[in-house]
Amino acid sequence: MRAYKVYAIKNGTVIDHIPQGRAFKVIDVLDLEEEKGIVTCGMNFESKRLGKKDVVKIENKELEPKEVNAITIVAPTATLNIIRNFKVAKKIKVKVPKVIEEIVECNNPNCITRNEKVPTKFYPISGHPLEIKCHYCERTISYEEITLL
Amino acid sequence: MKFQGIISINDLSKKEILYILDVAKKIETGKTKPDLSGKVLSTLFFEPSTRTRFSFESAMNRLGGRVISMAEPKASSLAKGESLHDTVKVIERYADIIVIRHPQEGSARWAADSTKKPVINAGDGANQHPTQTLLDLYTIKKAQGKLNNLKVAMIGDLKYGRTVHSLTSALSLFNCQLFFVSPESLKMPEHILEDLKKKKIKYSEHEDPSKIINKLDILYATRIQKERFPDEAEYEKVKHAYVIDVSLLKNVKKNFRIMHPLPRVSEISTNVDGTPYAFYFEQAGFGIPVRQALLSLLLGKVK
Repeated sequence: MRAYKVYAIKNGTVIDHIPQGRAFKVIDVLDLEEEKGIVTCGMNFESKRLGKKDVVKIENKELEPKEVNAITIVAPTATLNIIRNFKVAKKIKVKVPKVIEEIVECNNPNCITRNEKVPTKFYPISGHPLEIKCHYCERTISYEEITLL
Repeated sequence: MKFQGIISINDLSKKEILYILDVAKKIETGKTKPDLSGKVLSTLFFEPSTRTRFSFESAMNRLGGRVISMAEPKASSLAKGESLHDTVKVIERYADIIVIRHPQEGSARWAADSTKKPVINAGDGANQHPTQTLLDLYTIKKAQGKLNNLKVAMIGDLKYGRTVHSLTSALSLFNCQLFFVSPESLKMPEHILEDLKKKKIKYSEHEDPSKIINKLDILYATRIQKERFPDEAEYEKVKHAYVIDVSLLKNVKKNFRIMHPLPRVSEISTNVDGTPYAFYFEQAGFGIPVRQALLSLLLGKVK
């Protein structure tokens, strides 16, 4: 047994309960590749709720609810904790944003967004399970079908 | 009532639809005479279409407005590689209102988002053709005197037919009972049927039109396209089952009418044309008052 699977962080943000295999998509959506500080990515942890889960920890940075709402598109079960001095200072509920802009690619190959430089835009039409609708071609895309730009 | 543009039938409420139809009626009967002189309509057709383009151009001309349009899509700037966005940014300086038909879905919305001038969608790929739906509703109202609680059947290619999808969603606002008649391989998509269930709209699916035709107020026929079938034998099997012929009309209701967005190929025999039930050429004609209403409303010439 290891003492810790992933070290606790002193200050920053923990994104927990990410569906198994989706951690990299969360990193992608949040543009964490650009992050200068330490980012820890853990996969396939045991979870009572999900069976298996992924976790992402970002040190010394508190994400704003607005920034993280976008992760619901790839990780609808995710929860967010702001850590200050090793303690959970704030729990943030992530919500599906009203408009999903420039994150998702439309899966209709004949959509104008796939044929011309158009910033993509989707609206959620249902939350559980997540379904989104293209602002342009009106195609409905289910959670499983979502591909990121 | 104020309209920014007409892009999708799904943007319109029941109240707005009825208002547009009412304005169309006032224009058709001469009660309202909007003056569009000094206004310029640009028809941006990136795909061939005679009916829709002529109908818009005629509507604009009859209200005193002027029309500019391109010769053919191949000669357009699109062929030179200009983006739709750029084309619209240029055309908005030449015209007061833009009508667009484009082969890609979502193109009309993108065009509308690219300009402050009003845009009317005259067909964006397989997605929407809202002015067709509005003129279909106008036609039904003309034929039956109402839109509520009618028995309407749609026959033909219900799987890929853009017009029948939009019409279904529009008729669900008016509590019509719907009958979907098609070969197994061209049935109405599941998501549209799901939507009807949610809205508690009565509907049924059929393969043989003769079983239900005597109950109907409206039969809306569409073309069955050969290229939709995986093999020719399959097409040959079904194509005759969906030909509307006078023999099928022996016991229909007196107010029964047949509609078709045209062009027809063989779905309706020409021997039906002379019966009181044929209403498809009238339907094409109603494109004029409906489009006159839309042009006038969008240009602020009718309040």
